[in-house]
Parts: sequence; structure tokens; C-alpha cells
Amino acid sequence: MGVNRYEIRFSGSGGQGVIMTAIVMAEAVGIYGGKYVCQTQSYGPEARGGTSKAEVVISDQTIDYPKSIKPNLLLAMNQAACDTYFSDLNPEGLLVVDSTLVNEVPTDRVVAIPFTQIARQDIGKELVANMVALGAVGLVSHIVSLDHLEKALMARIPKGTEEMNRKALRAGIEAAQKIDLNDLPRSLFLNEGEI
Amino acid sequence: MPSSAPNNNGRKLLLQGNEAIVEGALVAGCKFFAGYPITPASEISEVFSRRMPEIGGTFIQMEDEIASMGAIIGASLAGAKSMTATSGPGFSLMQENIGYASIAETPCVVVNVMRGGPSTGLPTSPAQGDVMQARWGTHGDHPIIVLTTSTVRDSFDITVKAFNLAEEFRVPVIILSDEGVAHTREVVTLPASRDIEVVDRTVPGMPPEMYVPFQDNGRGVPDMSTFGDGYRYHVTGLTHDVRGFPTMKSEEVNDFINRLFRKITHGFHKIQMVDTFMTEDAQVAVIAYGSVARAARRAVLDARSHGIKAGLLHLITLFPFPRTVVERVLKKCRWVLVPEMNMGQMVREVKRVNKYPTHVEKYSRVDGHIITPDEIYYQLMKA
Repeated sequence: MGVNRYEIRFSGSGGQGVIMTAIVMAEAVGIYGGKYVCQTQSYGPEARGGTSKAEVVISDQTIDYPKSIKPNLLLAMNQAACDTYFSDLNPEGLLVVDSTLVNEVPTDRVVAIPFTQIARQDIGKELVANMVALGAVGLVSHIVSLDHLEKALMARIPKGTEEMNRKALRAGIEAAQKIDLNDLPRSLFLNEGEI
Repeated sequence: MPSSAPNNNGRKLLLQGNEAIVEGALVAGCKFFAGYPITPASEISEVFSRRMPEIGGTFIQMEDEIASMGAIIGASLAGAKSMTATSGPGFSLMQENIGYASIAETPCVVVNVMRGGPSTGLPTSPAQGDVMQARWGTHGDHPIIVLTTSTVRDSFDITVKAFNLAEEFRVPVIILSDEGVAHTREVVTLPASRDIEVVDRTVPGMPPEMYVPFQDNGRGVPDMSTFGDGYRYHVTGLTHDVRGFPTMKSEEVNDFINRLFRKITHGFHKIQMVDTFMTEDAQVAVIAYGSVARAARRAVLDARSHGIKAGLLHLITLFPFPRTVVERVLKKCRWVLVPEMNMGQMVREVKRVNKYPTHVEKYSRVDGHIITPDEIYYQLMKA
């Protein structure tokens, strides 16, 4: 269902910044890219912890239903999120995980990058792991201009943190560039040999 | 993270439903906001706290929702268009003073962003359980206007409309949003303020000594003077005569209560707002409101693509119940579905006005999730 719809789900635990990641994606695609976009979220009553989920639905047409129906891309920033939401993915969708925190991956059709480790070691702040992830998601989704993504990010973040965030975004893009999506199986549930 | 971006005419903004409500209120002339933060309505308070000082308006974080409601009634009597925003638990606390606004005919706008209940319930999840509370939550016979929002853009438009209706009819107007609409961000282009119709209350034109504050007129809506303008009058929660003083005289009591209802009945066609989608040749129809109306629109398209002549009646006004349009749909269709995120509230109203052999079916979801297009489509397949 849903021609002309691209759905991304960002998930992790409360405090990992998944909602912020989704907002930046929505602004990049909607305001700078001129597409229709709906960004929603769901979280528990806790201030920190618990699972947190944010979604971005992108279309060239007006969006009727604002939530994702079958996500085309799932970002899982921890194991619990990966376990909870994997089964919702579109069979031809793509799973992106933070391999620092996700050890058990349910498919071979996965882009596994240690976002938290990159943030900690290369940027010096674990806090920006979400923006490293955003860079990778931006690249592998093919739905957003990376230039728009950076513009949207710069417009959203507190003054004085531009350099750190830009570095984080670019580190994520670079890490994802090393992965050839054509090498991945086409479906989440089957290996090439089984088709 | 609500942005503090002003209503930039023509510029695209990524806004939440809650933020769009603030923008709509400001364009409508709201100058006073008093509230107490509560999920999922807090962003309304948060953005107002930044925007009000910028425009010379007033923002007060009150000690609770009872006081918030009292404050906006006082502000309105003093001439300011006023608003508060809350969710279920706070809405319950506001009920007594909503009745006061009703009997004192004080224009004001109350936003209730619905979340799962009863009690503390599901603070971060959407629901539509407060529909009948919005209609009958305060005691006694009283007319009230209840509007709903379903998108970020219509949150803006409907808030403007809510202020206009409150001013025109001197009634509290309830906006029922839900967590789904409130926290969805969409790219919107807001209209220029010059293109927006803004209605202000009618103030007395006669000299102060000739002013009879609750004098009936053709519209049933007395002129409203601003406290401090020299037009002296008495405001009370007791049933009052045309001068505003308590009365128990049966004729005066009767006239008063009947006038309260008559002003809404007379304005019915102005207040009744709906959106129809593919109902022209529809044989089965969905009647929905709020977040569910969006899912229903998609379900109708899916049903159409499978040869089912489906249509959607999207209710924007819930009360006064838009019976003339609902009756038209009931007359035309053989089967009508009312999907709601409650155990069945508006469906009772639909059944109440159904004089035809049309079958009215309810569909409920109460687990804190928005009804999906697939669920509605599946129901339509059974029709």
C-alpha cells in the first residue's frame, strides 16, 4: 500500500536523540527538498530510558496517513529497538544498526556501523551518535540531498555546536560510503542463494 | 523542541500541531494565555511563553488547571481574547469554570489534546475518549461548541475559527486535538494574516447609562462591554436577569436558558463544519474526525481502488452535532462506519439521528494507537 511513499523509522532508547534525528531529516526533505513530509514519534512517560521511536513519511503528494505503515528503512540504535521493530520492516526495506550496541542482527540485509563508537572516538562526544547515524541514513536512503541534510542540521542545533555536529554527520556519511548496498541481499528474509 | 518561528507569511515551516495552534491563536488576536503544562499539550504553553512577550501579550503559568480557566475568563471579561490548553486530567479540573464561562457568556478557547484515559492513563498516546466530556463535562444544561483538528495545517485554521466563534456567540469553544495531531510535524505554509478573517465581539454602542448587559437581541448574543470601559455590569455564576443580577423568576430564568441555546441554534449553519471526500456516489461511508479522519481518507481511496464505492464525511464540528450533513450521508448510503479511538462516543450521535434503514457500525480502538487505514479498509470490505 502507498505508492510514492518512503517511510523511515528511527528507534533507540529515550535520550539517544532519535526524535531530533527525525526532525532534522524531516526539515531537510520537507523545507529544503520541497517534498511532503510527516514526522511523528512515540515514547513512554519516562524522561530517560524506555524505547523511543520517531518516524518520517516522505512523499511527492499530500500525505493522508502520517505514521509509517511498512517502513522502508529502520534505524535501530540499540538491541531492544532492533528486536521490537524489525518485523515491521518492508521486506525490501533496509535495516541500519548501531553495531556498538546491536550485537544480534536478524538479517543479512543490514548496514551495520558503530555510530556510538565513532561518536566517542572520532568526534569525542558520544552525544552526537544520533547525528553520525543520520549521516549514514541520509546516504543509504537515497531520499534526501546530503547538502540539504547538513543545512537542516545547522539550522536546528544550538549555537557553538556546529563544528561537532557537522563532523558527526560527515563521519556517518563516510562510514556508509564504505558499504556497497548492491552487495546486500535484496530481501530481508532470504539470502540470494535461496531465491 | 518547538521552534519560536513566527508566522512567516508564505515561508515553509516544519510545525507540530501544537505549534500551529499557537500560530492560529496569535493571528486570531489572542493576547492572553494561562495554563499548566501537561503532556501532550505542553508545547502550546512552551511556545506561548516565548511568543506572548514578543507581541505584548500575557503568558501566565498558573498553579493548576482550575485557576487557568479562571484566569482566562477574567482576561476575556477585561477585553482580551484568551486561551488555555490542557489534556484529559487538566480538562476534568477545568469543567466547573467552563460552566462559569458558559453562564457568564465569556468568549474563550480551551484546547484539550486528548490522550489515553481515564485518569493519568496513557500520557504520551493518542485517544478520543473526551468527546462526550467536551459536550457534557460541566454540569447543567448548556450549549457549547466543540471543534476537532486532524492535520497541522487545519490546527491553525480551526484555532482561528474557534476564536471567531467564541467572539461571535460569546461561548467557550473547545478544540479537541489528540496526541497524534499534536505531535505530528508537517511542512506547512501559513496564510498571510491579511487573508484571514478575524471576528471580534460586538461592544456596546450606546452610552454607558443605557447599557443593559444581558439584553436579548435578534442574534441572542448581547453586546459585551470591556471591564474598565465605564460600562458597569455584574457577572455571576447564578442564573441572572438582563441586568446581570441573580433571579429566580421563572419567566426570566426560562428566557435566559432558552436564549443561551437559541444563539447556537441560530448560528448552527455557521458553526457546522465538515469536509466531504468522495461522498457524491458513495454507497458506504466512513464518518470520522481527528487523526482517524486521515486514516479513513486513505482507506476510502484503497476501497475505491478495489471497486467499493466508499466515501468519507470528516466532522470538524462535533457539537452542535452537524446533523444535517450526517443525515444526508445516512440517507444516501446503505452502510456507515464510525471508527473512533474510544469505545464508541460519536457513533451514538450518528445512531441518534439515523431515521433510515442504513446500518451504522462502530469500530473502536483503545490501545493508545491511531486506527490504521488497513483496519478501516478491512471494515469497509465487510460492508
